[in-house]
Amino acid sequence: MLLVFEQFLNGLQLGLLLFLLAAGLTLVFGIMDLVNLAHGSLYMLGAYFAATFTTITGSFLVGVVLALAATLLAGMALEVVAMRRLYGRDHLDHVLATFGLILFFNELVRLVWGPEGRNLTLPPWLNSSVEILPGVTYSMYRLSIIVVALLVALALYLVIMRTRLGMLVRAGASNREMTGALGVNINLLYTLVFGVGAALAGLAGLMQAAILTAQIGMGENILILAFVVIIIGGIGSIRGAFIASLLVGLIDTMGRAFLPDLLKAMLSPAAAATVAPALSSMLIYLIMAVVLVVRPEGLFPAARK
Amino acid sequence: MIARRSPGDFVAAALLFVLLALPPYASLAGNPFLLSVFTRIVILAIAAASLNLLMGYGGMVSFGHAAYIGVGGYVVGILAKEGISSGFVQWPLALAVSALFALAVGALSLRTRGVYFIMITLAFAQMIYYVAVGLARYGGDDGLTIYRRSQFGALIDLSNKTAFYYLCLALLAGCTYLIWRLVNSRFGMVIQGARSNDRRMHSIGFPTFRYRLTCFVISGTLCGLAGALLANHTDFVSPAMMHWTRSGDLIVMVVLGGMGTIFGPLIGTVTLLTLEEALPALISLGARPFMGREAARAGEYWQIVLGPLLLLVVLYARGGIAGLLTGPRRA
Repeated sequence: MLLVFEQFLNGLQLGLLLFLLAAGLTLVFGIMDLVNLAHGSLYMLGAYFAATFTTITGSFLVGVVLALAATLLAGMALEVVAMRRLYGRDHLDHVLATFGLILFFNELVRLVWGPEGRNLTLPPWLNSSVEILPGVTYSMYRLSIIVVALLVALALYLVIMRTRLGMLVRAGASNREMTGALGVNINLLYTLVFGVGAALAGLAGLMQAAILTAQIGMGENILILAFVVIIIGGIGSIRGAFIASLLVGLIDTMGRAFLPDLLKAMLSPAAAATVAPALSSMLIYLIMAVVLVVRPEGLFPAARK
Repeated sequence: MIARRSPGDFVAAALLFVLLALPPYASLAGNPFLLSVFTRIVILAIAAASLNLLMGYGGMVSFGHAAYIGVGGYVVGILAKEGISSGFVQWPLALAVSALFALAVGALSLRTRGVYFIMITLAFAQMIYYVAVGLARYGGDDGLTIYRRSQFGALIDLSNKTAFYYLCLALLAGCTYLIWRLVNSRFGMVIQGARSNDRRMHSIGFPTFRYRLTCFVISGTLCGLAGALLANHTDFVSPAMMHWTRSGDLIVMVVLGGMGTIFGPLIGTVTLLTLEEALPALISLGARPFMGREAARAGEYWQIVLGPLLLLVVLYARGGIAGLLTGPRRA
């Protein structure tokens, strides 16, 4: 039972990380109609920036804040230099161009930081365990990831639904030209949205980097998971992304943890040992397939024009 | 497709001549590496041609086409490991399994459109990738070495590099001809009609889903053939051959050469793989005045040039190389 609880928290934590990534992706897609494969590169950049800035400043928190600011700026610069030229183009163009950007960023990181991964060292107060229930300890850092991501999700919801800026974002999503004609600086708005999406991805990347390491190509596999999240949740919908990322995070973690034992109870141990790793990594894709059969537009399709 | 001599046709003809004359040249020049590179180019051109049928003519952007290369390759590899090395069993089975996989993926993904389709084909390819990683009996992450190439009795000996190259070239010619016939048939017209306006095709009475699914399966099967060839070429299969960046490479080949043209995929494959070989050398040459002895190392970072190059192709040369050769063809 304890193990189940701990795996549940791990799943929640993976799900929330996925949400940070998927939120930026789905915002950019829903508002600018842009497929951005290079979103994973921003995730990677966030991790590398954090590793560098925490080493330079010697403080974890200052380093993280600087890294977020740097990723935000990198995202905005990317939007102005490259992405802006891609709006209104075919989706295939987006795929190709951003695929090229992935190659570029991977090599750039290799050039600047070298081929080895970078570690992000946690301060002692984060690198400890905490007793969450009587007799149950859990990593303080993983717990703080959950808290931070939940706060960010809440803030995102409030900004989009309750502020003037959020209203402009939603207006820009439903009709770009009309919003522009009403005097809103749509270009600035898009640059800002892209930058915020980048910073969210960077936040996810740097939080993950402290558990694993900052590596070249670290954003690519998790990016595909984020795609699965968006497909399940419905493109352009933040709420869908939130629910689907929790779903995917929990199912993936729980599946890997408990499917082998479950299969052993049903099949012979030898058969279970061969089937379990393959099946547990297929699980979320199978769920995606089921969602597609039942609701091709995803569970929570955003209202489109 | 009216027969009109365009510069693109001459490039294609010249390319065919080079491909035909390559083995004698490689043996005269004593450069077996060249033959190996070009065998790879020809095999990948088959895969690119299959993707072009789907993407260029059918308008279905599959971002998971490397999966079929993997499926075809793994069927050959697994059978070889289990002691069945007859090509008469391996190859038909490789094609059949690729076709079945394409049928399953296509039936699900074709329920969606546009960007959903791109992401879903990507996700399914990633699923197969992880399945291959999980196949501990067949090498898992490390891959599987094939100790005996497919046996075709007295018909052809695949371990003869020149014979294998010409077989691949003949299969490429066969696939290209097949695709050309398909595209210009009634079937091809329906597929292209559904690309420009699916709803209209549907309302004049074509069950477009079935046509598109058939196109998807044909494309997946041809790509599986390329996989079986690639497994025989490298004597090795591993999950890396269906990593999602391989699927991206295939898209790049098709678009770089010219999407929706018969010879575009071949031109694109030759260009991309030649760039892969040539860019490092070019960069270190260009860097020599500035970096001196360090210049050789600069060549390692050739993808930093390739990436922005792709961006530029997307922005300014939408028709690919074939498009540049024929000039503005369509709006």
